[in-house]
Formats: sequence, C-alpha cells, structure tokens
Amino acid sequence: MKIAVCIKRVPDMDVRFKIGSDNASIDETGLKFDINDFDAWAVEAALQLKEKNAGSDVTVISLGPDVVQETIRKALSMGADKGVQLKADRVPFDGLTIAKALSEELKAGAYDLILFGKMSPDSSNGAVGPMTAELLGFPCVTAISSLEITNGKGTAKRELEGAQEFVEFSLPAVLTVDEGLNAARYPSLKGIMAAKKKPLEVKPAQISNPQVRVRKLELPPERKAGRIVGEGAAAVPELVQLLQTEAKVL
Amino acid sequence: MANVFAFVESRAGEVRKVGLEAVTAARQLADKLGAGEVHALILGPPGIAEKARQLGQYGADLVIAVEHAALTNYSPEVATATAAERIKSGGYRAAIFSTTAQGRDLAPRVAARLGVSVVTDVLSFDVEGDLLVVRHPMNIGKVIATLEISGSPAVIAMRPNVISPAQNPKAGRVETAQPAIDPESARVKVTETRQGGGGKLDLAEAPVIVAGGRGLKAKENFKLVEDLASAFGNAAVGATRAVTDDGWRPHSDQIGQTGRLVSPELYVAVGISGAVQHLAGMRTSKTIVAINKDKDAPIFKVADYGIVGDVFEVVPALTEAVREARKHH
Amino acid sequence: MPSDFYNIDSALSEEERAVRDTVHAFVDQHVLPVIGDCYVEGRFPKEIIPGMADLGMFGANLPEQYGCAGLNNVAYGLIMQELERGDSGVRSFASVQGALVMYPIYAFGSEDQKTHYLPKMASGEIIGCFGLTEPDYGSNPSGMITRAREQKDGSWVINGAKMWITNGSTAQVAIVWAKTGDDQSDKSIRGFIVPTDTPGFTAKDQKGKLSLRASDTSELVLQDVRLPATALLPKSGGIKSPLMCLTQARYGIAWGAIGAAQACYEEALAYAGNRVMFGKPIAGFQLQQQRLAEMLTELVKGQLLALHLGRLKDAGTFSPQQVSLAKRNNVSIATDIAREARRLLGANGILAEYSSMRHMANLESVYTYEGTHDIHTLILGQAVTGLNAFE
Repeated sequence: MKIAVCIKRVPDMDVRFKIGSDNASIDETGLKFDINDFDAWAVEAALQLKEKNAGSDVTVISLGPDVVQETIRKALSMGADKGVQLKADRVPFDGLTIAKALSEELKAGAYDLILFGKMSPDSSNGAVGPMTAELLGFPCVTAISSLEITNGKGTAKRELEGAQEFVEFSLPAVLTVDEGLNAARYPSLKGIMAAKKKPLEVKPAQISNPQVRVRKLELPPERKAGRIVGEGAAAVPELVQLLQTEAKVL
Repeated sequence: MANVFAFVESRAGEVRKVGLEAVTAARQLADKLGAGEVHALILGPPGIAEKARQLGQYGADLVIAVEHAALTNYSPEVATATAAERIKSGGYRAAIFSTTAQGRDLAPRVAARLGVSVVTDVLSFDVEGDLLVVRHPMNIGKVIATLEISGSPAVIAMRPNVISPAQNPKAGRVETAQPAIDPESARVKVTETRQGGGGKLDLAEAPVIVAGGRGLKAKENFKLVEDLASAFGNAAVGATRAVTDDGWRPHSDQIGQTGRLVSPELYVAVGISGAVQHLAGMRTSKTIVAINKDKDAPIFKVADYGIVGDVFEVVPALTEAVREARKHH
Repeated sequence: MPSDFYNIDSALSEEERAVRDTVHAFVDQHVLPVIGDCYVEGRFPKEIIPGMADLGMFGANLPEQYGCAGLNNVAYGLIMQELERGDSGVRSFASVQGALVMYPIYAFGSEDQKTHYLPKMASGEIIGCFGLTEPDYGSNPSGMITRAREQKDGSWVINGAKMWITNGSTAQVAIVWAKTGDDQSDKSIRGFIVPTDTPGFTAKDQKGKLSLRASDTSELVLQDVRLPATALLPKSGGIKSPLMCLTQARYGIAWGAIGAAQACYEEALAYAGNRVMFGKPIAGFQLQQQRLAEMLTELVKGQLLALHLGRLKDAGTFSPQQVSLAKRNNVSIATDIAREARRLLGANGILAEYSSMRHMANLESVYTYEGTHDIHTLILGQAVTGLNAFE
C-alpha cells in the first residue's frame, strides 16, 4: 500500500501564549514545537497498515519553513520511509491554500491512502484534510476513531455528538484521524539514528492567494473571579438559589 | 441585496438544534447584508420536509428539503454535491454550516468544491464592505482570532450554542428537491448511526454540561455526574482528559486540549482541578459552577459559583436540590 | 521547561533532543505513574523492561552491529538524565545493564561473546548484573577475596561473595570479577560471564533498604561455580578493567543525578506557585525564592558540567578524573536540591505522592555507590597533587 501522511509542526499548547508585535501572530519565543498529536496518530495508523501489508511505503509531507524538517524526521524516526518538505516561509491560516499546495504534491503520488490529523490545535480549523480530498476527487472520511482496511475497502468509525457513525469507503481515499484511533509510538533510539539516512526531499510549495487573512489575535478576556458560595453540602441551597435568581439557568 | 444559505443538519429524521441556530445565524447575516433571503437546505429521510417546515419560524424564506430513503444516515458525498450545486446556482453571499462532527466534515468539502475557503468554529461574524469578518478561537481557545474572509460565497461553520435559535418568522416556503447525485453511487457510505445511550444529549447542543474529573476517584463514581445531569434534564456529560485517558469515559466526552470546546449556558465542574487545557475548552460557558475539595484549585478562578467540599457529599445534595427546584417549575 | 534556564536545549543536536524527548515521554507514561507505589512496595517495576528495550535504551552508546542504537555519549547521558528524573532505581537498572555488563562484554569480550550477548541484552532478553563489591571490600575493590581457579582442562571454578549488586536477583548473567592468582595483587583480577543458573550461584535480595527501594539490590554467593573456559572475558586484566566499567557508569550517573535534581526543582517550583499560605503563593516569599534560586543555580552548573563532559567523551579526550569531578559534584548538588525541595514542600514533602523525598533518599545511595563522594575527593586530590591519600 502506498500511504501519504500530511503532518504539521505545532507549538505545545500547555503554555500561556503571547501575541506578537504585529497583533496578528503568536510570539513564538520560548515555545516548544512538535508534531501535532492528531498527525502523530495519523502517522501511527500508516505505520500499522504498513506493518500489516508487506511492501507498503509511507511518505510524510509537511508544508512550511525548514524547521518542519525536524518534524518530518520525527515521523521518519517513528518508521515512515521518506519525507517531503513543501517549502514555504510560513504556514498560512487559509486551509484552501494549504490544501491546494498539498494536492499538487499528492496527485502525482498514486497513493492508496492519504492520512491527516483531523485538525491542528493552532489554527483549530480542521479544513485541510477534507479540502484536499475534494481537490483530488478522493472519497474522504473525517475524524475516524477506528479503521479497518481489507481488499481495497475500508471501514471506519466516527464519533459524533452523542452518537457514532459507521462508515464504509473505497480506496484510494483521504482519512482524517481523531483521538482514540491508536496511541502513537515513540521514535525508538535506533529509529532516530536511522531517520538521518532516510530521503527528505525539499520542494517549493505552490502557495496561492489566501481568501482568509488574520486581522488580529487577542487573548480571551479573563473571566471575572467568581465567588465561593460555601463549604460542603450546606452550601447547596444557596447555590441553587443563585442559579435560579441570579444566573437564571435553572 | 444578498441571500444567505444555511445548511440544516438532521439526525434520525429530526431537525437538529444546531440547524435552527444555523438558520438564525443566516437570518442575522442576511439582515446585516440588507434584507436578503435565507435559504435553508436540509437532507433526510422521507418526512424531513414536514419537520423542516418549522425553519420558517427562525427566519428561513425558503426551505429546500431533499428527501430520500437512503438519507436517514448522513451521506457526505450526497450532501456535498447537493449543497455545492445549490450554493453555486443560488449565487449566495455566504453559506452557514454548524461546527459539529457533520459540519466539520461537510463545510470544508463544499467550500473546496466551490473554490473558496472555510472558517469553522465561528463565534461571531460581521459584514465590513466586501469582507466577512469573523471571530474564531485558535490554540485550543487560548487565543481569539479576528479573520477577514474575502472569498464569495463566504463559507463558515458556527460554533454550537453561541447563537440561540430565535423566532423571526418568514415565509418558510418548503420546496422539495432531488439529491444531486444518486446516494447509491456514493463511495463513502454511513452504514449505521448508533446513538450513544438512551436519550443522552450531546455536548455540542446541551444547554447544560456536567463534567467530571479525577476527583471522582473511580470510573463507577461517574454515576454521580450522570445523576446530576439527569436531574437537570437538559444536561450532557463531559470529562477531563485525565478521565478519558484512563478509560473512564470515551474520548468523545473530553473537553479541552484535543477534545471539544464547549459554550453551554451552565457548566458544572465536578472534581475538576482545572488544568489550563480544560479551562481553555470550557471558559466560554455562560455560567460555571465548580465543586472541588481543594479551595486553591484553579477551577475556582474561572467559576462563577464554587462550593469547596467533598464531591461525594455535595453532588448528591445538589442533585436532590436541582430535582426539587425543577419540580416546582 | 523551567529547569532549562540556560537554554541548554539549543546546545543539543536535533538527534540528541529527539532521544531525550523519547525517553522523557516514556518516563512520563510508564515510570512516573507507578514509581511511587513501587517505591513504597519495595519493588523494581520489571514491567517497564520490554518498553525500555524496544526503544533501545540498553547499551545505547554501543555500535549498531551488536543490535545497539549507536548513539553518541551526550545522547546516552540524556537517557540517564531522563530515566533518573523518574527514579534513581530505574536509571541504575539501565546503567548496570549498559555500562557495567554490556560495556565490559564489548570492551573485554571475544567476538563470540559480543555477538552472543550484546543483541540479547540490547533487546532485554538477557538482564545482567555486575559483581565487584564484596562485603568487606567496597571502596577498596583491589582487596577482593573472590577467587577463580583455572582447572587443567581450561575451565574455571569460582568461590566468593559479592554485595550491593543491583539487578542481582533479576539477572540472567553476572559479570563477576575475581582474582585468578594466588597472591594479594590486583593484577590477576579478571572478569567472567556467569549465567545465574549455574550450580553454586545464588542471589539473595537485600532487605531493609530505606533508599533505592524501587531497585533490586542483592547479595551474590558463588560456591564452587564451574564455568567453561569461554566464560572468561579474554581482554580483561587487572583492577583497571572493572574500573574502566565504573568510569562508564559514573559518567551516566553524572547525568542521571541532574535528572533527579530537575524533577525535584520542578516539583518544588510548581508547588511553590500553587501552595497558598498567609494569603499568597509561597513562591512569593523571600525564603522560598532563595531556596529556588540556589537550587536552580546548582542545577544549571551541573547541567553544563554534564554536557561538557559528554562532549569531551565524544571527542575521546576525557579522563576518569574528570568523570570523578562530575559524579562527585552532580550527585552532591542533586542530594542538596532534593532535600531543599522536600523542605519547600512542607509536610506534603514526606508523601510518596510527591517525588522529592524519594529522590532525596535515593540519592544517598547514589552518593555512596560507584565511588563514594569521599573516594572521588581523593581521586581529585591525587590528580591535582600527584600524592596518593588513599592509604
């Protein structure tokens, strides 16, 4: 099976972000970057398929400046076979722009399966996977939490709000991966050494004019400090009273 | 005058609340654009047209109902083709979807087919000349972006619960239509939609969320949270990452970090200390109640009302009191 | 990371950081959730061995041709640092397997021994221990009593006892050091690969430890243990051979202690920020700030020391005395940092739920083993004065 996984380098979210001086970007000073969790699960899914299907081949693709090579090498050290950097000064917000650049690269690859994380936490837009599928004309299943592929046919499960969807699809296909599909392996120490020797091709990304532009970024307003109604079960009547008369939610 | 398109989600042959919100949002946008019309598209099994008649009450001038026996379940390819075709032929200024599992799947496909971009998880929108300006949370809700959308139609997906369905009666003429492609020809087929437990409300739609954390100590103690949720009658159950990682609850219940961002009317945090990732996922809730034994827990910094105490003592008492309070309404 | 105050990350290569991140994540996921309980129960978490082996943590700086990861020494040091951030017992396990068993087989073994043992030890299939110290010969291993007698057919018979042996009851093989001559000279000391199921070999768990509780520490008894000629490490000779192993292990300890210190510093810092007393977080009080500042200063100095030592080792220009300085300093400051962290945590600091007291107790062993603090003082003293003050 020929599998491509599109991955993104994202900042660790476990911090207090600062807005850059242009008010339209994040101040990256001191941020730690790594592969998007959802993308790591997509890489893991690809590697598991590779292990089940002899002769398979996993290519990881990332769009962005040279620092994304480190993220690509992480996927290579997990076990992917080769990497492609679509070189761009920065990663635009506009999902269509990214999808166009990726589909230019992907359409020549004759892939059976193209995997994405269901979204990246930084732009939090979740558009690139399904948009790429549409541009390629491929069937697409988004946000899968289970996956089975046999004889060119796939089945997957999607978590909905309060329900689950069971989906059948034909290959080639684009899939986006949700939490719960698998647990990503760590790059082994041998894998880290081996990754240095794997091919990593650098190509210019075809960046089209974006239709969405970031005008401003701001930190959400702090919530007004609330109050402690009281301690223990004795405070329950007053809480209920407040929910009824003040917050009017009961 | 510019018209606005709204995609109305259905599930199991019923109109979803997020669909009413999409129509309400489209109505607001059409009014901002200057007395445009709102056209709402809904797909579903036979009978959905009748159910969709109510959309007129929320401001739809025209309801386009696509009924087909194969559309009981969501069909991504039929929905994409039908919506894209309709939006293209209708010459809309904007198309509004919902940020749900379905909307996140559908809106980007439709946008790509139309050659325009998409913004999901939209908190609010405004019209500024040729631009649609929207607010959208980034970095798991820790940053709020103001985005300019220059493409037309502007395709956006609203975050559930940020716009309450509002009555604004319009003609609501119902027109039935055929799916743009034969559902049987679809390469992706949803074979089953399995509801997750009897009558459970989902996190995206529920006006009240009761969420539990590690403070509950064990999986079986989540019953306290479920009981409180059922006392409210309109509550969904959520959980922290620690809890879903431990397998006490499915990942789909997780709020914050890789999980959902929610904005219910009321959020009750039970035994949740308030890790930053969790707070980022629920801080836009309108009212927050926290119950925790540690008075220094970060959750109390965002909670409107807090009770310091043992969840095993406070939560049953609260469940009882809520049940009583609702009886008298 | 709060403990990387000097942005030492930027002095590491991408590959070194990747190694560190892998082990860091492993420790977060597999060590930290269980280690407190293991410590209280007094057991080594054997269940983590396969995971450590899969990632290639054993003998990671040995060549790939023997199934090892072939990392440089800085990356190897970072593994030790991250493991000891979890627990000194876990780092000790890996140190012994890699530096004290795989290393001597690699350095003094025959090609047959290397190809037989090293891949199986890298994969965790065979666990090893290192028998040098004896009940009455700790700081003075040259005085060892254990004897290996060569038989007419070239086979060997070993008699003796070894003590304080990490992994002793877990191991499938022991590297046993024994005198092969009749006199008291340490020149006849040689190493043997002893399968622990050889008749006459027994290992007994040492009970009653108040330190390194999540580690197997055993006493070995060898009574007429008969070994074939192929058990001898052919290139071993004299006390210098085991001391070379100790240099490898001490190098890892210099890094490991930094991991323990980081864990304690970060725990103390986070605790100080959250713990409210007299109406504000205790981090806002000068006394705690002084504690944190002192801890951080020593930690950063130790980090830089370990890193530079690693660079020297990779360049092939380091000396055992430089290793002594780093082991001596880093373990000593880590012991102090752990104690200060424990104190900052107040009463909570004595709970197994927090890590500082566990590290504090562990580091007392680390302070004492692989050359006590005092012995390293004398090594340095001799190095700079040229005068032997050992005896």
